[in-house]
Formats: sequence, C-alpha cells, structure tokens
Amino acid sequence: MEAGTQAERLQGGLPAWLLGLLPLALIAAAIGAFALLGGPGLGDRTGPPVEEVAVERTVLRPGEIELTLRNDGPDPVEVAQVAVNDGYAPFTTTDGQEIGRLGSTTLKVSYPWIEGEAYEIFVLTSTGGTIDAAIPVATETPEADLGFFGLMALLGIYVGVIPVSLGMLWLPFVRRIDARWIGALIAFTVGLLALLAIDAGLEGLEIAAEAPGAFGGSALVFAGALVAYLVLAGIDAYLSGRRDRARSNGGSAAKGGLYMALLVSIGIGLHNLGEGLAIGSSYATGALALGAFLVVGFAIHNTTEGLAIVAPLREGDESSGGVRLRHLIAFGLIAGAPAVLGAWIGAAAFNPSLAALLFGGGVGAIVQVIVQIAPAMRDGAGRLLNPLSVAGMLAGIALLYVTGLLVSV
Amino acid sequence: MSSKLSRRKMLGGALAAGASLPVIHGLLPRDNGGPPGAGAMSGHAGHAGHEDFTPAGFASGATVDHRANGFDPTELLRDFDYGKTRRLASGRVVREWTIYAQDREIEVAPGVKYEAWTYNGRVPGPTLRAREGERLRIRLVNASEHPHTIHFHGIHTALMDGMPGIGENRGGGAIAPGEDFTYEFDAEPFGLHLYHCHVSPLASHIARGLYGAFIIDPKQGRSEADEMVMVMNGFDTNFDLANEVYAVNTVGFHYVNDPIRVGRDELLRVYLVNVLEFDPINSFHVHANFFQYYPTGTSLEPSEFTDTVIQGQGQRGIVEMKFPFDGDYMFHGHVSEFAELGWSGFFRVGDPSKLSAASAAAAYCELPWGGAAGKA
Repeated sequence: MEAGTQAERLQGGLPAWLLGLLPLALIAAAIGAFALLGGPGLGDRTGPPVEEVAVERTVLRPGEIELTLRNDGPDPVEVAQVAVNDGYAPFTTTDGQEIGRLGSTTLKVSYPWIEGEAYEIFVLTSTGGTIDAAIPVATETPEADLGFFGLMALLGIYVGVIPVSLGMLWLPFVRRIDARWIGALIAFTVGLLALLAIDAGLEGLEIAAEAPGAFGGSALVFAGALVAYLVLAGIDAYLSGRRDRARSNGGSAAKGGLYMALLVSIGIGLHNLGEGLAIGSSYATGALALGAFLVVGFAIHNTTEGLAIVAPLREGDESSGGVRLRHLIAFGLIAGAPAVLGAWIGAAAFNPSLAALLFGGGVGAIVQVIVQIAPAMRDGAGRLLNPLSVAGMLAGIALLYVTGLLVSV
Repeated sequence: MSSKLSRRKMLGGALAAGASLPVIHGLLPRDNGGPPGAGAMSGHAGHAGHEDFTPAGFASGATVDHRANGFDPTELLRDFDYGKTRRLASGRVVREWTIYAQDREIEVAPGVKYEAWTYNGRVPGPTLRAREGERLRIRLVNASEHPHTIHFHGIHTALMDGMPGIGENRGGGAIAPGEDFTYEFDAEPFGLHLYHCHVSPLASHIARGLYGAFIIDPKQGRSEADEMVMVMNGFDTNFDLANEVYAVNTVGFHYVNDPIRVGRDELLRVYLVNVLEFDPINSFHVHANFFQYYPTGTSLEPSEFTDTVIQGQGQRGIVEMKFPFDGDYMFHGHVSEFAELGWSGFFRVGDPSKLSAASAAAAYCELPWGGAAGKA
C-alpha cells in the first residue's frame, strides 16, 4: 500500500499520455546524440564492403535482357559491367549504376539471346564482386497489355473458378448421405486443407529463399501466416459476436453449415491467390506451357477444393437448409477468383518477397479454417480423432496428393 | 540459381507438348541482314541500331582511368626498360634495375577496381630488356605488405632464383616487407622470358599482378621492326579461382577502344607472353594475316607459319608479321570466352608516314646497344 501511494506521488498527477510519450522522447534524444557523436567507441566497420544483391525479376525482350536488382546488404553497391554467357555486353540502367541500401535498379542488357537457350549472367560490381543470375530457358516475356491481362484472367478462371465450382456439384450428394458420414466429410476437408497448407508453406519458403533477406526472407512466410490467421480469427470473433446477439433475439444457434462453407471458401481463396501467383509468374518467364492437359489437371485437382466447400452444407442443418444458388456462386468466386488476381500479380509484377508473404497468408488462412471446422469431426463421445474422422482425413490427403500429381508431373 | 518456383520447374518441359495458347516469340522476319544470332532482336523497332551488332564489349560511356592507374596499355605496349648500365674494367656491361613491389588498386575494366600487387606500380611489371652476355643486377625493394620475390626464367644460381626457402640466411629467398635483395646473374640464354613472384600461395601472388616480360636480345640483334610486348593476363576479381576479366596488358578490350597503330608493309614484332592463372591454356590469333612464330625466342629461325598459337602458363614466343592491307584487323584469344571477356583488340593498319607522332616515336626507338627497334 505504502509503495503504491509513493509511486502515485512520484508520478505527481502527470497525464497518462505524457507518461507514455516520455520514454519515446528520451529514446529519440539518445539516438540523436549517438548519431551526432558518430557512434562513440564503435569505430568503422572492419573488412571490405559487403555486397548482397538479389535478382528480383528477369524480363526478356527481343535483343534485350532486363534484370531488376535489389541491394540486400548494408553497403551501397555499384554495378560496373554485365556479362552474359561469359561475354561482356553493353547495358543501360533505369536508376543509375549505384544501388543504395534496399534500393533497386533495372539493367537493360543488349544481347541477341536465342529462344530456348539457357543463359548465365554475372553482374560485375565496382569491387570486382559478382552477382549471378540464370535464365534456364529463354523465351520472350509477354508484354503486360490488355490482352495479356485477359489471358491471365482466363487462366485464373480455368484453374480457379471453374474447377471449384465443378467440385461444388457434389452438394446434392453431400446432402443425401447419412448424417453419420458428415463428420467424415468434414474430416476429408480437413485432411485436404492440411496438405494444401503444407504445400503452400514449402512453396513459400522456396520462393523466400531467393528474396532479399533484408525484407525478411523466409520470415515473411511465417509473418504472412500469422497475420492471415489473426485477421480471420478476428473476423470470426466479430461475426460470432453478432450471431450471439442474433441468437438472443431468437436466431439460429451453433455455427451454421453456410458459415463454415464461407470460411472454407476464404481459406481456399487465399491459397489459390498463391497458386495463381505461381502460375502467372511461371507463364511470364516462359517456364509454363499452357495447355489442355494442364487445365484438365488443375480442374481435377481443384474440384476437390469445391467438394471441401460444400462438405459442411449437410441436410438437416438449419442454415444450410437455406442454401441458395447465389451462395454457391459467391463461394465459388471467393475460393476461385483470387487465382485470377494472383496470376495478374505473378505475371506482371512478380516479387519474391510479396510472393512469400502471400503464400504464408494462404497457410495461415487454411490453418484458421481447420481450427474452425475441426470440431464438426467429433463423434458421439466427443473425440476429435475417431475412426471415421481419421479415415476421412486420410482420404482427403490421398485424393489431393493423387490429383496433385496431375499438375506437378 | 535454379528456378524461381517449384511448380514452374515441375510444369516446364513435360507439358510443353500440350501447349495450346500461342505466344509471340522472336520469330519475326529479319529485316536488316544481320547475323543469324541477331534474329531475335530484329523485330524490335527503333532499337536494332549499330550497337546490337558490335562484338562483345563493355557498357559504353565509361572508360578506364589510365592516369589513376598510373599506366596506359597503349604506352606500355612499346615501353622497354633497359635499366642503367655501366662498364666494368674488364669491358663487360653491367645492367641494373631497381624494382619496387607495391600494393596498388588498379582499374581492370571500366568501373571495376582490383587490389593488385605490382612491380613498379604497373601490371604487367616493366619489360626488362638486356643483351645476351651482359651482367644483370636487379634490386627488389619490397614496399608491399606481403613477402615477395622475383623469380626469373633464365640460367642462374639457386640463390638468384627467387625461391622462398632458398638463401634466406644470405638475404635471399622470400623478401619480407621493408626488405630488399639484389638478384645478379648473366643474361642468358637469349630469347623472350618472364619473371614473376614465387611466394606461396603461388596462384594468388601471380594472379594479383606480380609478373612481367624479360627480353634478352641476341648478341647480333634482330632485324629492324616495330616491336611491342603483349602479356596475356586476367583477373579473378571475386576471388573464386576463375577469371572475370581477360586481357593483354591488363585492361580488357583496351586495344578495341584504342587500336594499335601499325604501318602497312612494316615488320611487326610482338613479344607474346602468357601468364594467365586458373585457365590452363591461352592463345593468340590474328585476323586476315599469318605470322612467323619463334617459340621462347631462343632461335633465330621461326618454327611455324600460322595465324594461331597456343600457350600454356609461362609459355611465350615471338610473333613476326607484316600487314599488306590497310584497315582494322582483330587479334584475340581464340578461346572465345576469353575473347568476349576482354581479351580482344585491333591492329589499325595504315600508311606508315601517317602514324600518330606518339606511336611513331615509340615505334622507332633506338636500341641502346646500336641498331633500332624499328625503322632506321
């Protein structure tokens, strides 16, 4: 008691906001003094300058190779010369040859590259260091015009919206089957989503490995996952609060099937954003051959996602009894349309840091959805892992894996 | 670097056969008769200028600052260091040099700095030139931060061999920073030789720039000619045990930007030395001409009439030719990679009377022991 009153006396009735600002002001003053005095006691960093540069984007045009470089290290880097396949080539830059910390510049290298050949490029810096870049298969990068965006939209619809919508045609089947099998269907969705999350996470980490470390690198995948999970959990808590109020006014009780289906749609939608990004970027770099086989592959692969959406819409559930066509169309768009957006971003402005963040977001969203719908797997004894749910999850994992083979040859 | 996306990698070639959505590739008809390799660029309106069809080279605009380097490869070409002479009572000529080992940053390509180790602040080191049978004294002063030696190719005693571990107790062997040592031996045999540092790690000490040409003229001299030295070298600027820049006389593409002026029908003599590290062989090829080749320069009779010679590391030889026609004629390493990474140049052949004053003066210098390295 005594100490408490003493502390109160010390604070002398200063307003709370001032007490909050005081440490900030002191920190700012300390940093200012430190900078003014030139970091007393530290001296200069020893050793030669550190040059870390990431190649963020490669674009090929007739007679020209364009490289976007990002300075990832603590020191400025000056680009001096560029060699393509062990031959120096003339080049110009958009933002000068010197790249400041976290800055970027784009090199336009004049080089008569040939369709289908592989190229190794090294950028020689003023200190004699080299930045390596590789073009596994040279092909012209599509110009990002209206027709290109249309093509990417079509691609997104092919691999996203249509397959998911097709998968939702299982709705009548889902609604007919015995109520006891509902838990198994939900478990099937959970298993499928879990494998999607793993796939997205690994892919995100792989992309992050090529992203500049200064922006977070692999940590971006985890940050994206955390942010997506928290945002979705927050939205869920908000909607639950509204539902509670509605229930006290005589509305429906537990989490409805429609609501669960919406959550699954959002999770799959965020996943498909990443998927679209990968496809768009691959197409832009010429590594992806678009064809009937690919579209068929994705159709089969992503129809399983459609099934996952409609699985919670079981017969006898109050809210899913009210499912309308417009609901299904909305779910299909929420789950599938982000593939279009992803394809646009991936093809027109691929950036490994952004891609890592988005892939992470997909993971977080899926995990949140799993947490949401998993309780519906419980059997009569309240066990989450019961024979039926385990079998369902295994079936989901197996189906996604097998259909995944179609698109990952 | 592999591919950006795993999916992309997996989807790649396996699905190519199913491609149905066409992409406009660089398959448009060629419009300007460019070389076949330029096909992909010819559809690019407004860009297919002259620049697209020039050989490999550095980005235009920037050039090497020769003044800051302290040497210009064009001047270095015909710069022979005869040292100082005095005559002993016996009548024998003693020829003396002082060479400083110095650490020095040099620009080996426009904008690319390299922490070189040098003899007398230049790479290659001075072209030491003597006459068969003279007594040579070369004092090495080590002003570098590292131990060095000068190992001469020639015939001499073990103490004078510039080998670490031999003769330290007599002031020789590895010469520590701040120390000095005088190598003394007879100029023999006549021919084209070289000298370089022999301290371990050897590749590192040589690749850093500690080498130079060493010419011993035969007693009877050689015929009059426009003489020049070409030391084929390279620089491992990122220290990955492979060269990023290749050249003759250090600066990549120098003689492309500043062609070597030579007189039509004049005898040209090139002292060609290969000191390239990390790559096992180097070569010299001249366009539109053939030359007489004297391996190691130890014979007055040429061994071959050719347009391309190969040299391993430490190999050297004398090239003699005349250009019968005016014009620009390329010379380069015939390892294409070296050529396009800097080891290329041009001879600009013209009327001898219209050669620039500077190169003419350098071309026809009087030899100190009589005769001339050029036209009398």
